[in-house]
Amino acid sequence: MIERLDQIFVLLKHWLVGYLPASWQIPVGVVISVACIVGLYPALFAITTVLERKGVGRIQNRLGPNRVGPYGILQPMADGIKSLTKEDIVPTSADAVVHFLAPIILVVTVFMGFAVLPMGRNMVLVDMDAGLLFYFAMGASTELSVFMAGWSSRNKYSLLGAMRGVAQMISYEVALLLSSVVIVMMAGSLSLVKIVEAQNHYTWGLPHWYIFTPWGFAGFLMYAIAGTAETNRSPFDLPEGESELVAGYHTEYSGFKFALFFLGEYVAMFSISGLGSTLFLGGWMAPLAVLQFVPSWIWFFGKLFVSVDVVIWMRGTLPRLRQDQLMNFAWKFVLPMCLLNLFVAGLWRFMGDGWLRWAVCSVILILAYVSIGREGMRRKHFGPRSYRYAE
Amino acid sequence: MGFVFYLISAFAVGGALAAVLLKNLVHAALALTIAFFGLALLFLRLDAQFAGFAQILVYVGAVAILVVFAILLTRGSEIPKEGVFSKGWIAGLAISAAVFAVLAWAVLQAAPWLPNEAATPALTVNDIGNALMSRYVLPLEIIAVLLTAALLGAVIVAMHEKEKTNQ
Repeated sequence: MIERLDQIFVLLKHWLVGYLPASWQIPVGVVISVACIVGLYPALFAITTVLERKGVGRIQNRLGPNRVGPYGILQPMADGIKSLTKEDIVPTSADAVVHFLAPIILVVTVFMGFAVLPMGRNMVLVDMDAGLLFYFAMGASTELSVFMAGWSSRNKYSLLGAMRGVAQMISYEVALLLSSVVIVMMAGSLSLVKIVEAQNHYTWGLPHWYIFTPWGFAGFLMYAIAGTAETNRSPFDLPEGESELVAGYHTEYSGFKFALFFLGEYVAMFSISGLGSTLFLGGWMAPLAVLQFVPSWIWFFGKLFVSVDVVIWMRGTLPRLRQDQLMNFAWKFVLPMCLLNLFVAGLWRFMGDGWLRWAVCSVILILAYVSIGREGMRRKHFGPRSYRYAE
Repeated sequence: MGFVFYLISAFAVGGALAAVLLKNLVHAALALTIAFFGLALLFLRLDAQFAGFAQILVYVGAVAILVVFAILLTRGSEIPKEGVFSKGWIAGLAISAAVFAVLAWAVLQAAPWLPNEAATPALTVNDIGNALMSRYVLPLEIIAVLLTAALLGAVIVAMHEKEKTNQ
């Protein structure tokens, strides 16, 4: 009974597909899975927009949207109708083809990332050997659409926003990849299904999630920072900050194309949170051995929900980072910590079991964090303001 | 060679042709990106997963962005007045025909020794990693030194410019 509930979506798909002749079964099965993914995540996006606006509103001591439904729940419907019926304005000097293609490429590459995420036991769309590499390849393609959007609008603010956005995404992509490489090193495989399997043990009722190890914890922090920066969320949302650049690279987009950019950003946030929970938080595993009766997909989406809540919380709480502070942070703090994390993970592997490796690895990481942090702060001489004029 | 191969090749060749023939430089750069994607799809069709995804990560995610940034920062996005074809195009045609002839001869010479399509070798990322760490470790280290030198060179070039504007 418990296993049937756990595998209910897989069983549903097999039952639906069983009505067809044998040669049609695999393609139609794939189409059904893809349709589920493409239908589910925009629905989650709609719920998240309300959650975010209410959440950030309550953090800022105001009510969020509260007109449309009870407690503003039906706000996404109003947003959807608005974006569908708004006039689609394209500037005359804009590059029409590239302007049209940019949001499409963003949405397509963001949705491709979901093909390798294991959303439950046996619930992955494609079980690829190099699954993690596929995910990052799709993430790298997102930067291209940001640039296309900014350049094709023929607008200085858009171009500035696009260049800042691409620079930020490239810098934090290195950190994202390095913090994931530690997990690949310890699990021994690039396949996300095998990474979750490698964490699927319990000791004294507690799970073997990678976040509960020193290198896993440091890796998770670096991954969280880099992931927030990759999807241009606060506190890293200078490329699209309203008070800075009008709206950055999507200034000249209105109506449904803007809705596509919005959708792409939120679905990218889900995607990165999903990957983070697969790599560090054990994917579809239950947090305690006694709780394994709850279906695996509930745990995956629960962890996704908690990650999204933390990201929204960060948006409401932290001030925005300036561009040079952002880049300094990436190259001078996050990247050295990721490299040191690789070294510490290697040390962990070769030190053998016992309490000694926990102590040594934790001490190395904490010392590094404190010393790099202090070194970064000491260089900041806050003297009188100096002005540089453009010649 | 199936229908999928011809479709992917049309993609790659069309992108490369567009990259050479288009007047607008950024359009040409984006068409080059399409050509890179086509190559990655060809790698994936041959079941070389690592090569395909690394192609996308490196070429589309880094090289294409670099090309586009270079176009942006050097005012190359204006349409050239004299047209895109250079005057010595006959010599260029002759040289590229010669290179194509040499490559085609090399491939066709080796063709009898290629394995047939049914028996694809199972090369996992594990094998690539093992090979890189055991048999090809010297090229790996040399590439690492090369990349470090390139990074240092980039930082030095950027730093010099900053000092010049301050004086």
